[in-house]
Amino acid sequence: MPDTSNHPTREGTGTARGGDAHLPQLHEPRNAGMALDMDWVRAAQANTSAIERRAATLPGRRSVKKEYQAAWLLKAITMIDLTTLAGDDTEGRVRRLCAKAAQPVRQDILDALGMGPITTGAVCVYHDMVETAVDALKGTGIPVAAVSTGFPAGLSPLPLRVAEIRESVKSGAQEIDIVISRRHVLTGNWQALYDEMAEFRAACGDAHVKAILATGELGTLRNVARASLVCMMAGADFIKTSTGKEGVNATLPVSLVMIRAIRAYHEATGFRVGYKPAGGISKAKDALTYLALIKDELGDRWLQPDMFRFGASSLLGDIERQLEHHVTGRYSAGYRHAMA
Amino acid sequence: MNVRDIFHSMDYGPAPESASEAMDWLASHKGMFGHWIDGGWTKAGKTFDSRNPATGETLAKVSQASQKDVDAAVKAARKAQKSWAKDAKARARVLYALARLIQKQSRLFAVLETLDNGKPIRESRDIDIPLVARHFYYHAGMAQLMEDELPDREALGVAGQIIPWNFPLLMLAWKVAPALAMGNTVVLKPAEYTSLTALLFADLSREAGVPPGVLNIVTGDGAVGQMIVDHPDIDKIAFTGSTSVGRKIREATAGSGKKLTLELGGKSPYIVFDDADLDSAIEGLVDAIWFNQGQVCCAGSRLLVQEGVAERFYTRLRARMDKLRLGDPLDKCIDVGAVVDPVQLKTITDLVDGSDGEVYRASTPLPEGGCFYPPTLITGLQPADRLMQEEIFGPVLVGTTFRTPAEAVDLANNTRYGLAATLWTENVNLALDIAPKLVSGVVWVNATNLFDAAAGFGGVRESGFGREGGWEGLLAYTKPRKPLKKIDKVDPAAAPEKAEADTLDRTAKLYIGGKQARPDGGYSRAVWSPRGKLLGHVGLANRKDLRNAVEAMNAAKGWSTTTGHLRAQILYYIGENLSARADEFASRIDAMTGKRGGKAEVLASIDRLFTWAAWADKYDGRAKGVPIRGIALAMNEPVGKIGAFAADDSPLLGLVSIIAPAMAMGNRITVMASEPYPLAATDFYQVLDTSDVPGGVVNILTGSHSELAAQMGGHMDLDAVWSFSSSDLSAVIEREAAGNLKRTWVNHGRARDWAEADSAAFLSAATEVKTIWVPYGE
Repeated sequence: MPDTSNHPTREGTGTARGGDAHLPQLHEPRNAGMALDMDWVRAAQANTSAIERRAATLPGRRSVKKEYQAAWLLKAITMIDLTTLAGDDTEGRVRRLCAKAAQPVRQDILDALGMGPITTGAVCVYHDMVETAVDALKGTGIPVAAVSTGFPAGLSPLPLRVAEIRESVKSGAQEIDIVISRRHVLTGNWQALYDEMAEFRAACGDAHVKAILATGELGTLRNVARASLVCMMAGADFIKTSTGKEGVNATLPVSLVMIRAIRAYHEATGFRVGYKPAGGISKAKDALTYLALIKDELGDRWLQPDMFRFGASSLLGDIERQLEHHVTGRYSAGYRHAMA
Repeated sequence: MNVRDIFHSMDYGPAPESASEAMDWLASHKGMFGHWIDGGWTKAGKTFDSRNPATGETLAKVSQASQKDVDAAVKAARKAQKSWAKDAKARARVLYALARLIQKQSRLFAVLETLDNGKPIRESRDIDIPLVARHFYYHAGMAQLMEDELPDREALGVAGQIIPWNFPLLMLAWKVAPALAMGNTVVLKPAEYTSLTALLFADLSREAGVPPGVLNIVTGDGAVGQMIVDHPDIDKIAFTGSTSVGRKIREATAGSGKKLTLELGGKSPYIVFDDADLDSAIEGLVDAIWFNQGQVCCAGSRLLVQEGVAERFYTRLRARMDKLRLGDPLDKCIDVGAVVDPVQLKTITDLVDGSDGEVYRASTPLPEGGCFYPPTLITGLQPADRLMQEEIFGPVLVGTTFRTPAEAVDLANNTRYGLAATLWTENVNLALDIAPKLVSGVVWVNATNLFDAAAGFGGVRESGFGREGGWEGLLAYTKPRKPLKKIDKVDPAAAPEKAEADTLDRTAKLYIGGKQARPDGGYSRAVWSPRGKLLGHVGLANRKDLRNAVEAMNAAKGWSTTTGHLRAQILYYIGENLSARADEFASRIDAMTGKRGGKAEVLASIDRLFTWAAWADKYDGRAKGVPIRGIALAMNEPVGKIGAFAADDSPLLGLVSIIAPAMAMGNRITVMASEPYPLAATDFYQVLDTSDVPGGVVNILTGSHSELAAQMGGHMDLDAVWSFSSSDLSAVIEREAAGNLKRTWVNHGRARDWAEADSAAFLSAATEVKTIWVPYGE
């Protein structure tokens, strides 16, 4: 990691997302990226055992109870990218999902908690569903995120992958979740990874780009750390763990490595890069642990939807049940809450 | 704060663990406790308050034991011991039941511990209590295996155990589990600040079928500890606590024949190399020095960071410190609880206020009232600064930088203590090179404060001696079955009225640093045969000769890093050269003793050398089965520099029997030769001279054992002293050894049968077990 003086803080010089009224906290400058710094990349370390110990003890160190828990869970909902990425997605299925994104919690529960309306952070779909989702979410302020670049394997021709981004942006996607070429990481070709990421970022234009590292396929936590840094240097607005299709998706150790990379990048450049764990987070309790991890390792600024997202489909249902339990004092049932 | 406000602030709220069950248990005893003696409660006597340090409120009234109470406890323990020692497998079942009981009542123990001690509930719940259960499980297994695996050993008898306040129940487990497993009965005194979990343990022990008298708990302050230490019917003292009290106990038990293990203070280094995963190393510090408010004997309290990364490391460390949450120890979302007592809080405050370093206190809110001290980092200190040398025993980390791995080792070892050490690097070569060079009982690589019942724990230097946990820990609670006979004093042959002297004078000198040296004092003594023949003169070594011998041992430090293979060859070679001069040695022995055993003694000596040559490359360490992904290596390291008094009766065999194991295990040794028959030893240095033994590895002094006993015992640069002398040296050596708390192995007036090698005893006396934890994973 280089000395901070090599990377003068550029806070305030990035391009704000003008006119994008859907996301809160618009004043955060976008990550402008930086030249690929191979010294920093190569010096990045990640001690697996130590990282696993930190991750394993975290749930025991942090506990959020009662009204605090309810508030945190509501916050978690606002940070969910409500997702459907299935071969059998249809327009009807996507509209149902969008309706749930706009009204994620039963009104009487919100009332009992004294909360105004909330929505999920985004809806995340394949390219072909973008137009439908944009239409369904009109007026809600909820952005549509499109998975792109030959998701999930990212092995289609590069020009097609870049073109896919442009198409999705044209269709109204405000967030693009790209997948990186894992082979660049596995062969240590950091320059190629950097160039690819920079090209994707350029193709996104004003749309925010989330770089999916597919951490379950990168082999080591050290690779995760290095890939995180390279993608941020190349201008990623978010770094994201997984497509949800790998054998292992978001885990606490992987998250710890990625958010430590985000922290180091912020120390060095002043830019805040967002984080999105995706896949495998389905319990309200897990969501709380993730939020505590973010709070402790990155700070409160990252506990907002412009800096943190859950890529999840079934998490919302568990949170709804927990919220009802908070309100009634009795355990809830799934069918009492609207399905997505 | 309502939900909407919290939604915006995203604060952690309170997450209190309920104290009601623990309070109910205290109430069921009417908040008043006597002692647990002979399987029942005594009536409360003179009491003192046990307080919750987080609030200052009184939890219970606990009795201050009188001499009568201690006597009753010891008597009950003595009475119960014989039958308790009879059936190892029955003991295994009781220990198993205790382990299960701890698990079944884990939350009650955890909450009570936190109430009494002030440590965060997270630690008592997730660390202390699970380790307690693990310790009893592990030692249930040791009891089960004792008859098969330790057939030659038996219980010591009654163990007096005195434990500290920082891990009240865990330290009880570390003391009680091995003692009971090996068939001892115990009288344990918890620290006066934190007696309650020990009392709960006693209360519940009935449910595990612990027979009356096997476990006795007496409460009170240091005065009660002293009654235990001084009690004539106690066979062993085990103490964990401060170095100053440990030293007093060493002095008080000197010469009493009581076995002693001491687990004392530390100022453990925490080394961060520039290629380390710095974020993980910082998180490690949270577990090192802000674990249990830094009130941990093995806390990584002395931070050594490689210069090139130091500023970045400090910056990130300070940021991490600011995220630590201080507060109600019963809150499940708290990192740092309360210091144990206002007295301790004041000590910490005064020490930090007196420091010249750059003091950074975490900018985390301090709770009102209660004994709270913020996590603190003091940088810019030098080894010469007081806070770099003295144990603070609080959440205060002191730091300095180093340039090279060698300098890191020098700084790490520049301390009177030697309990634990931590090092962080991603380079396996560096890690495995540095770990053995650190003078400490435990080394953690890329981790810190890992403990397990299977892995030995304990220190060197002024951190004490003896190990707790593992097979090595059982040595502290067992003794050989075979009793030793009383030793007979052997006096030199008196000068005859009519002297018969050789025409050619032969002068035996001292042997120091591979050279013959005249005694500093310039005095010699004539050695006469029983028949009145002058056999020669020997020098009378004094303290300066001892000093020179220790200097010579220092210069020969390379011996400790030679391979066992090389040491074996040299020991064989000594045997070979002794064999070539067997007749001469035999007649010399016969001439001195006036007996005819010389030939047999020489043959036995050659055999002994071969035995130790054989052992030199075979005393393997162990890879311990600890419950992590990783290994805990128990490495047998040389003790270092040993001073020894050879047996008087067997002038050659007694000498060889102590030199050879010391050498074989990589030690350097200075031996006072048999006082009445010193010439076999002075002849023997010529054998050493011709056998490629590097100068300084073995030094031989002659003269009066009694004169040098105090000097040897008190020498600050010796790591151990052994005595097999027929002079009564045991008390003086043990008392003087309190100075630097060196290990001692003295005969307490008992004779050893030199015909037997007794390898087990010598192997363990000639080595320190260092446990090196290496978690791995990529």
